Amino acid sequence: MVACGKMPWLVGIVLTALFVAACSDDPEFRSRDISGALPDLEFTLEQAPEERKVTEADFEGKVVALFFGFTHCPDYCPLTLAKFAGALDGIEEELAQDMRVLFVSVDPERDTPEQLAQYVSGFGERFVGLRADRSTLRDVTRRYRTTFSHGEPDENGHYDVAHGTATFVFDRSGEVRFLARDDAPVDDLEHDLRLLLEGS
Amino acid sequence: MDTTLDWFLPYYFYPEVVLLTIGGLYLYTFGLIRQHQAGERVRIWPAISFYSGVALIYVMMHTGMDYLAQYLFLGHRFQHLIIHHHAPLLLVLGGMGRVFPWALPRWFLMEVRAWRRMAVVRAAWRILGNPLVAGLLFVGLIFIWMTPDAHFEVMLNLDTYRVMNISMVFTGVLFWSVMLNPRGRYRGGYSFGLRLLLLWFVMLPQMFLGAYVSLVEHEIYDVYDVCGRAFPISAMTDQRIGGLLTWIPAAEMMAVVALLVIRLWMREENECAPGAAVRHA
Repeated sequence: MVACGKMPWLVGIVLTALFVAACSDDPEFRSRDISGALPDLEFTLEQAPEERKVTEADFEGKVVALFFGFTHCPDYCPLTLAKFAGALDGIEEELAQDMRVLFVSVDPERDTPEQLAQYVSGFGERFVGLRADRSTLRDVTRRYRTTFSHGEPDENGHYDVAHGTATFVFDRSGEVRFLARDDAPVDDLEHDLRLLLEGS
Repeated sequence: MDTTLDWFLPYYFYPEVVLLTIGGLYLYTFGLIRQHQAGERVRIWPAISFYSGVALIYVMMHTGMDYLAQYLFLGHRFQHLIIHHHAPLLLVLGGMGRVFPWALPRWFLMEVRAWRRMAVVRAAWRILGNPLVAGLLFVGLIFIWMTPDAHFEVMLNLDTYRVMNISMVFTGVLFWSVMLNPRGRYRGGYSFGLRLLLLWFVMLPQMFLGAYVSLVEHEIYDVYDVCGRAFPISAMTDQRIGGLLTWIPAAEMMAVVALLVIRLWMREENECAPGAAVRHA
């Protein structure tokens, strides 16, 4: 009887919650929505090639995609950057100019500032190459729940680098919004970036 | 994890782990000291068991092991094997409930007794102390946290990751406490036979889950790809070893606890069963 007496309240709470959820003006991403799952954008890194210190404040008001990779990467890194370049190509210039793709090298020993700058410039002017020493890199990757590791070098000094394959995308206020996977279709990426770029 | 020191330091600082470790060590150590001062016998093996349990939980949650647990599926499964199965069992075998009260002030113990008389607390105690509820929580949480979607969210969000780990420790302690409660049917507790049956029911789903994860031909837990792995090993190797850790050592633990339950059962039969006094005579 007690449970039955409380039922109208429970129904009311559930309906209110559903109504609030339905009326929410949060955009519906095609990629995985990770709003609130990661801390806000915050870092101090060096921008290639001039090794100028940059922080999140340098990208204030911009939609920022954060990716950790390395220039010798044969697959995930060029594929991911190419997808972002493709998605940005489909977005009008006045919107796309507010987008920055930050490519943070997790192989600073091989990725010289010049090499990194040349690599990212191949994908477009909105791509930024960032570097740091190992300790700073560990701090930044820890903050964004990602990691990297280097394999043993072969006889030619080549080694494999394990790193995360996803890109974290932050809105104009620096809050994380969605996670772009390496296998995401370019159309979906374009749709989700447009939602964020159109947001005030 | 670039220097040796990194492996000894916490990857993230968790205040709850530090508080529980210091609190547990304080209560147990002072409890033993007061017991000794009161002329009570201080038992060495339970003490070793308790301190080993605390050390294991600390190492798994507050050193480089936590880094491995976050960036390798097999590391995660190993961490949960220890903080859900092994370490809680060691804590329970350490007899916390017997030793802690010695370290607490009399007024606090009186307060606790008063709380325990409250209807709400008594009801909660009865529900959580029910073997079926404790067993469901124990095995249910493994399934909840290992559901692929939930696992993805939990591993990405540090707050939920912390909730998951602490929940594993608490449900581990709860389940083993209920299973190894020395009061059986003759002393107003739950039957030992029922507990053995429950152990079997708790073991089976874990074995099936572990077997499925280790034998399936596709990647289930892709969050480790998304976030990167601590070592350059393939996703399938990582998943297979993680599945085996869920399957075999977890099942072995159930067998070990079953032996402990049988020991308690035989002891109670010898002491309380009808005719026990005659046999002793």
